[in-house]
Amino acid sequence: MIMKKLLLLMTFILFISFSKSDFISSVEDNSNQVQKTERTSFVVRGNCEMCKKRIEKAALSLKGVKMATWDIPSNMIDIIYDNKKLELNDIHNKISSVGHDTDKAKASKDVYDELPMCCHYRTEPIH
Amino acid sequence: MKKIILTTLILAFSLIHAQEKVSGTILYKLKGDDYPLEGASVYWLNTNKGTITNFSGDFIIEKTQESDLLVISYIGFSSDTLKLKSSPIIHFLKPDDSNSLNEVTVQKKRKTIQKSYLAAQNIMKVSSEELLKAACCNLSESFETNPTIDVNFSDALTGTKQIKILGLESPYLMISEENIPMIRGASQAYGLTFIPGTWIESIQITKGAGSVVNGFESISGQINTELKKPFSDLPLFINLFGSQMGRLEANVHINKKVFDRISMGVYIHTNNNNDRMDQNQDTFLDRPLSNQINIMNRWQYTNQEKGLVSFFTWRYMQDQKQMGVLDFDPLKHAGSNTFWGSEIKTNRLDLSFKAGYVFPDLPYQSFGFQSAFSTHDQDSYYGLRIYDIYHESLYNNLLFSSIIGNTMNKFKVGVNFSYDRYVETVDNINYNRIDRSMGTFFEYTYNNNSDISFSGGLRFDNHNRMGTFITPRIHFRYNPLENFVLRISSGSGRKIANIFAENQRIFGTNRIINLLQNGSGVYGLDPEIAWNYGLSIIRSFRFLGGDFELVADYYITNFKNQILIDWEESNKISFYNLEGKSSSKSLQLGLDFSYREFLTLSAAYKNYIIKSNYNSGYLSKPLQPRNIIFFSTGLESTINNGSQWKWDLTINFIGDQRLVKTIRDPENLSSPKYNLLNSQITRVFSSKFEIYLGAENIGNYKQINPIISSENPFSLNFDSAQIYAPIFGRMIYSGLRLKL
Repeated sequence: MIMKKLLLLMTFILFISFSKSDFISSVEDNSNQVQKTERTSFVVRGNCEMCKKRIEKAALSLKGVKMATWDIPSNMIDIIYDNKKLELNDIHNKISSVGHDTDKAKASKDVYDELPMCCHYRTEPIH
Repeated sequence: MKKIILTTLILAFSLIHAQEKVSGTILYKLKGDDYPLEGASVYWLNTNKGTITNFSGDFIIEKTQESDLLVISYIGFSSDTLKLKSSPIIHFLKPDDSNSLNEVTVQKKRKTIQKSYLAAQNIMKVSSEELLKAACCNLSESFETNPTIDVNFSDALTGTKQIKILGLESPYLMISEENIPMIRGASQAYGLTFIPGTWIESIQITKGAGSVVNGFESISGQINTELKKPFSDLPLFINLFGSQMGRLEANVHINKKVFDRISMGVYIHTNNNNDRMDQNQDTFLDRPLSNQINIMNRWQYTNQEKGLVSFFTWRYMQDQKQMGVLDFDPLKHAGSNTFWGSEIKTNRLDLSFKAGYVFPDLPYQSFGFQSAFSTHDQDSYYGLRIYDIYHESLYNNLLFSSIIGNTMNKFKVGVNFSYDRYVETVDNINYNRIDRSMGTFFEYTYNNNSDISFSGGLRFDNHNRMGTFITPRIHFRYNPLENFVLRISSGSGRKIANIFAENQRIFGTNRIINLLQNGSGVYGLDPEIAWNYGLSIIRSFRFLGGDFELVADYYITNFKNQILIDWEESNKISFYNLEGKSSSKSLQLGLDFSYREFLTLSAAYKNYIIKSNYNSGYLSKPLQPRNIIFFSTGLESTINNGSQWKWDLTINFIGDQRLVKTIRDPENLSSPKYNLLNSQITRVFSSKFEIYLGAENIGNYKQINPIISSENPFSLNFDSAQIYAPIFGRMIYSGLRLKL
């Protein structure tokens, strides 16, 4: 009796986890011919580990952004997002709002100046 | 007053130091000409102090106490990290060729023991370089340079080393190989000596409750070893080892790319000891005569575009040991009471298959499947006692991992199935049994990529001898500051005690085995169940140019049921279910220091309080040191044309241990305190060839009279299990490594 209940519970957990993941949704997408999760990458200016944390955190704070990985040497961000929940521009704007220029949105000078020294990626004369 | 002056001086010094400036020019080459790189960022590694180059590529940056490694990066160029020697510097950045598979060069040398700062669990990763610091020839000897794990001797006959985490020995800690539970059942006693050290790529040590993914059996911790992979290992590796005591070992690895995506590796290990040694003149061999052949063949399939990786591995091992008095000849004296002798013969076959699939468009989502089958056949006799065990085991695991919402919320879910068949003979009694268990697990991990992570796991299992049960485990990490980590963990674990296989040292005694069958199951004993709670903190800081790391942790293991092994009554060994209390409390305080790349220091103090309610009273565990002080240091010279010197030293101060009452030891006696000193020096001639020379137990400390009643080994008093210190004294060894 307990076994049956447990088995039911296990199946339930398994089902929930699969439906929450992209596994099920991508199957649905194929039948509807609508791409739901989209993968894209673009340039985000920045320098260091601190920038990396800030950029990724900003992108992931948006609902619908599933993955955001920013690479220091290439300054490229790799993004997977749900295009029904938000548009690509929202991501650009969010990242620039924390101080990092992207190829579509520029950060305001005020926010940029607030960044720690090591994150100052814009060219400045030597003081 | 003096202190204040000193502090002021140090402060003043650091201020003067901080005002020094470094300047330089960053350039790049294009078609043979040099161009300045404008806008490149220049900053000190792991700090927020940095600047940008101007239109002519020039920069000025203030020196800092926090780091002496300068990072230079620019879009489209590979980042470089420079160790500053003189100023001004002129540096060229190379364009980043993203088509090449070369990863960014790792400039800062990784520590050989790395503590995790981001995982929720208290995990430590030990690299293969750390394993080279000791005479380590097999997994059981790989932990002598690591303060988390205690190594002691199980008996005076085989000299087998036993490992402990939190003061609890291997049945309570799960030892897995590439996440497949490995040292369990029949291989519990000697299994660690069946994994050659050179096959190991890395080891992950988890202290306290582990992950639910690998099963319900781990209680005090988990040790996972990763073996070398044919795809990434060297084409040819040769290692030879010889010791003054007549121990010889050889390792050969050959790796080859067979087809475009298929690599194959053959790993051969053999060890041998033919010297009859009796330094303490008790007529017994100090070390067994032994012979082992161990062969492994791995096939690896890698298809990066499709996200597939797969391994097929088979291996076969044959091991023979002979113990007992010097004059014992198995052909003449086995089974008779003329000379006491013992032989252990083991044959083991392992087959395993693993496949991993990462969704090419969703790198955070993957499937993993593992299947392993093994047979372990041990035939042995100890004097007139006979112990045979055959263990057949099948393990299957299917794992799916993905995210909920975004990559800050990850989960793993899966099922596993295991089957174990035992055919066991103790003297003339059979204890045959089959264990079957099926379970499912779910583990959720939240990590905000900065100050908090949490991991909670739950398992449901159904076991033919333990019934249906739930195993919960939780881990929590909080970093209020970047260099301060606090961790809390809790979880349960359970297992069925394989009392004879796990405690084979009882056969090296003539004690009468007394099974107090006050429970269920084959031996009349109940499953062992325990809860583990842990708290750990790490604080790291830089001071006077060196990196410091302070570690403190405290773990409690409470047994709800335990199979107690009771040595208290003379001439008897009793096994029974715990009635009342049994717990293990372990405290560890440690300090690690490293200066640049050439000096490392590590010191640790460990305190254990392990007490159980035995039939004769609430007693602390026999042969368990209450206090251990660990110290190790290493020096490495700078690499000059590929050649280098390396030196390591490890000292363990072992506190007193409670001894049980025997004809040798009167009641309430404790063992003397002693220390063990090991050291090794390595000369690297080039990246292809190195030799090493080392010594174990340099202080030559030996237990006098390790075997009780050795002059009369067929009497009831004979006992080789009461050992607290090494039997053999100083051992000098040497070896070479050839990598092509």
